Amino acid sequence: MTEQKQPLLRARGVRKHFGNLQVLNGIDLDVYPSEVVVLLGPSGSGKSTFLRCVNHLEELDGGSITVDGELVGYTRRGGRVHELSDRAIAVQRRSIGMVFQQFNLFPHLTVLRNITESPIGVLGEPRARAVEHARELLARVGLADKADAYPRQLSGGQQQRVAIARALAMRPKLMLFDEPTSALDPELVGEVLATMRGLAADGLTMIVVTHEIGFAREAADRVVFMEGGVIVEQGTAREVLETPRNPRTRAFLSRFLDD
Amino acid sequence: MSTMTALTDRTATAGEPPVDVADAVPRRHPWRWVSAAVVLVLAAQLAHLLVTNPRFQWRVVLRYFNAESVVRGMGTTLLLTVIAMAVGIVLGVLLAVGRLSRNPLIRSLSGLYVWFFRGTPALVQLIFWYNLSQLVTRLSLGIPFGPSFISADTNTLITPMLAAILGLGLNEAAYMAEIIRGGLLSVEQGQVEAAQALGMTRLRTLRRIVLPQAMRFIVPPTGSQVINMVKATSLVSVIAMADMLYTVQAIYNRTFQTIPLLIVACIWYLIITSILYVGQSFIERRYSRGATRQAPRSFLDFLKIRRTPPPVVDRTEHTA
Repeated sequence: MTEQKQPLLRARGVRKHFGNLQVLNGIDLDVYPSEVVVLLGPSGSGKSTFLRCVNHLEELDGGSITVDGELVGYTRRGGRVHELSDRAIAVQRRSIGMVFQQFNLFPHLTVLRNITESPIGVLGEPRARAVEHARELLARVGLADKADAYPRQLSGGQQQRVAIARALAMRPKLMLFDEPTSALDPELVGEVLATMRGLAADGLTMIVVTHEIGFAREAADRVVFMEGGVIVEQGTAREVLETPRNPRTRAFLSRFLDD
Repeated sequence: MSTMTALTDRTATAGEPPVDVADAVPRRHPWRWVSAAVVLVLAAQLAHLLVTNPRFQWRVVLRYFNAESVVRGMGTTLLLTVIAMAVGIVLGVLLAVGRLSRNPLIRSLSGLYVWFFRGTPALVQLIFWYNLSQLVTRLSLGIPFGPSFISADTNTLITPMLAAILGLGLNEAAYMAEIIRGGLLSVEQGQVEAAQALGMTRLRTLRRIVLPQAMRFIVPPTGSQVINMVKATSLVSVIAMADMLYTVQAIYNRTFQTIPLLIVACIWYLIITSILYVGQSFIERRYSRGATRQAPRSFLDFLKIRRTPPPVVDRTEHTA
């Protein structure tokens, strides 16, 4: 759909192992600006590991990932590739937002301070502007009245929406969602997915690891099915979800369709 | 199933009003009264002993309690506690971070330090520093194996006070390092990942995210360490420092009023440790913010809330 544009994320031959287990076995993926890509696949297929490689929470064993033309975690200098310092990697992560399965809000800070901590401390935004932006984001995720609450006083769905606002406060080019609704009670999943659909409609580039087939169907520009550390099949949501070509994709999806 | 219906039926047919446990008779506790009586008798016996036994010499206790030398000794004890604890905490933080470092050299050096200073008695370390001049007669600062810029005689440099600070502080650092390391490890890994995903550096993550949360686990054992240190300073009496214990020993060696003077020391130690105990609970309250679902309260809020009655829950909203 956006063939003429440069990809925002370009992954080439990404490999990763934990001990004897080869988790990623050569992943090639391009994600274009404003695209919403949903990664599907059985647990252990490497979806979350791949996502964590994108912002270098996991180091690659081989291959490369480029975000907005910049090699993640490494730099080319004098014809060779060098590992970046922790500080330089921290700078790269500023433009890549991440939302975790377990929310990981900072429990000792209020909702507002959770959101403003990094814009003020890392980007050096003036406090007043950071607070104003944080309040806008809270309104956008429907939690304008919770600014002074502590995370443990909120429901899981509310915490996850705060976590989304916290990631957005850094004005990221790319957002990563690592099973954002898997730790939620069923009745709270809807509010988080609605927030994410809003972001997708606003043109945010998103990579989403999820088991919510419904979200993939409605919001994804592209669905990528992974198994055993490789991409088995990818295409538009309709292609992959309605008429899967690969038998393994079909087997995986049939479990959801039975319900 | 059938028994259940039978039971409900019976209560229903009896025509009794519905049970409200708010009016229930509270459970009786006869054994509490018995044990209270026993404790009371024992306490009376103790009080009788304290008052009637002339060998306690309460008049002597009173005379020396605020004697100038005793108060000065207490001052030395407090000063030493504060300095040794400060050394212990600062060095302890560095060692704890060092033991969790990804740099293998820093990691093993920190481990070696903790192993050595925790593995030898504080008293031995104290005497060792005091007698350092027997090992090296001059201490100098300069280029290794080259010329030196400043140099001093070890005996003049290592005063009893410095020996005491080194002996107690370096020993304390080893214990504090383990307490702080335990606190840092108790913070979930997800917190570190979230901070890193937001572009924070490792130092910033430690300072703003991990350490504040670790404090909840660090403060209570550190409180014990401070109280321990108040008492551990009494070890310096062996290197002739005029702390609390050394001072009362000097007096009773002269007057032979051993017991009353030890009581003076005990009372002073108890006063100091009691104040520290109260201080600790305030610090704990400070670091428990966000730890529970209850809204955190400052001490001022706590007083305010006590004075105003709790808000009445408006139930009409739900019925309407």
